[in-house]
Amino acid sequence: MSTTRFRPDVDAPEYKGGYSPYDIIKEGTIAIVVVGILVVLLAVVFGSPDEPAITIKKWSNAAPIDFATTALSELNGTSLSASYGAPYNHNGPGQQLGPLALARWVGVRIPINSANDFVINPLRSQPNNPVLKASLTAWEKARASTRSTWVANYTKVAGRMTFTHGNVVVPATNAGPVPVLINDLTHMARTGALDTALLSGNGFYTTDYTKPLLFIADGSYLGSLAQKQHMLGDQWGMMNETGSYPGQPWLWLYTFWYQVPPMNSSHSGDLEVFAIMIVLTLVLFFLPLIPGLRAIPRKVKLYRVIWREHYRDT
Amino acid sequence: MSSTEIERQWTTRLRHRAAGKLPPEKLLPDTQPSYVSSWIYVFGVATLASLILVIATGCILALRGPSWWHGSFIGHFVNSLHLWSVEVFFFAMVVHLWGKFFMGAWRGGRTATWMTGVVTFLASLMTAFTGYVSQSNFDSQWISTQAKDGINATGGGAYFNVLNMGQMLMWHIVLLPLVAVILTAVHVILVRMKGVVPPYDDAASATSAATTEGATK
Repeated sequence: MSTTRFRPDVDAPEYKGGYSPYDIIKEGTIAIVVVGILVVLLAVVFGSPDEPAITIKKWSNAAPIDFATTALSELNGTSLSASYGAPYNHNGPGQQLGPLALARWVGVRIPINSANDFVINPLRSQPNNPVLKASLTAWEKARASTRSTWVANYTKVAGRMTFTHGNVVVPATNAGPVPVLINDLTHMARTGALDTALLSGNGFYTTDYTKPLLFIADGSYLGSLAQKQHMLGDQWGMMNETGSYPGQPWLWLYTFWYQVPPMNSSHSGDLEVFAIMIVLTLVLFFLPLIPGLRAIPRKVKLYRVIWREHYRDT
Repeated sequence: MSSTEIERQWTTRLRHRAAGKLPPEKLLPDTQPSYVSSWIYVFGVATLASLILVIATGCILALRGPSWWHGSFIGHFVNSLHLWSVEVFFFAMVVHLWGKFFMGAWRGGRTATWMTGVVTFLASLMTAFTGYVSQSNFDSQWISTQAKDGINATGGGAYFNVLNMGQMLMWHIVLLPLVAVILTAVHVILVRMKGVVPPYDDAASATSAATTEGATK
């Protein structure tokens, strides 16, 4: 008996009722026309957002101190990129969930040396500047410990940094070539040359914006603009977009987990949220096979509203 | 060539198998069970209709390249059509998904239909996400720099670099749409093969419950 027993959450009853005419091609055509009209109306009335991308030139002109401070953080290794860990470098532990350190296991696949990639190498491309050339030579010939001393001495007084008459001014002593490097990189950025230098690493053609995006994201200017557009993580971040457009509301559950403890303050919050979403996705995928969960619709009985005509007629 | 030899051909066998599983009257039916009369069924069709519009508007954008829509009125309008067809697509798909949940649409050997629907939903999420990060504007700058941390944390960022606009654009316009369209086709074929799930039989459920209780006692 148990082998033939009807399982209401697994089996479907044999339908013995009537059939109605159904023109599937006509229905599909009407659907395309109706949805098409709806989409055209929405596009005409609301349009779509297209806030221009910010450039390093724009950033360094709007907030030169933030730019120079970020450049310093690339040199002294305190920026997010410089201390990220895999896949960019070995300078950070990365995120971990129990024994799972997935990023570290995969390793460094997109190598980023913040000091060289964002500061030193772009400055090398600057022509006809003997002072800069001498500063770069001094940097390159110095021992690592000497460089660290220079950068540390500059960093100590960086809080008193000013931007005066187009120059970054810091009352630093025994900072070696660092004041020249930071000031000249700021000059370079303000002309737009740094945007080009960060992109041209792979030759003439490129579609890879990894370096300029990492550098821009290390500063606080991008975040300040995002905050005004209600796009920070604690403002339901990624599911929003600029303006009052709906963005990606289908990511609400993913974004939700970033709003609650412990994920909202955890060092490994991203990995924890991913883990939760993977489990929930597997539950959704295997739902027809999970006793209890697959019985919910039968017990909730919303189906009696959906098929109300059927139940009324039978 | 003998008829036996023809019957043994792979092509002949595949045709017979396909025609047996999905005869023309199932693929393009002209009648349907009378219980298929609810507004909830509209959202499955609306999902397909908006998917067609998403692909059509995406193809127009592809004709002129990724920068066209930034500096052209027509391009920007086509982008708006693309955006809103995506919004309608997801709205319809989510309502369709919830509707199917509350109808227990996996019953009667329809588990694979449910599962392909879930995977199609995931593929669509990824397709939309890669669209957002390859817009080449402020939105894509911010969303990609934030999303990189989540993907990097899984180890996936080493191979799926959301800061690489070229890579994301290729995923958005080639790889993921291909996956989404193939999955959608499989999902629709399964729906046509298995038919629309019949309503719950309350009497059968009650009998089953009684049988179970009797067996327990």
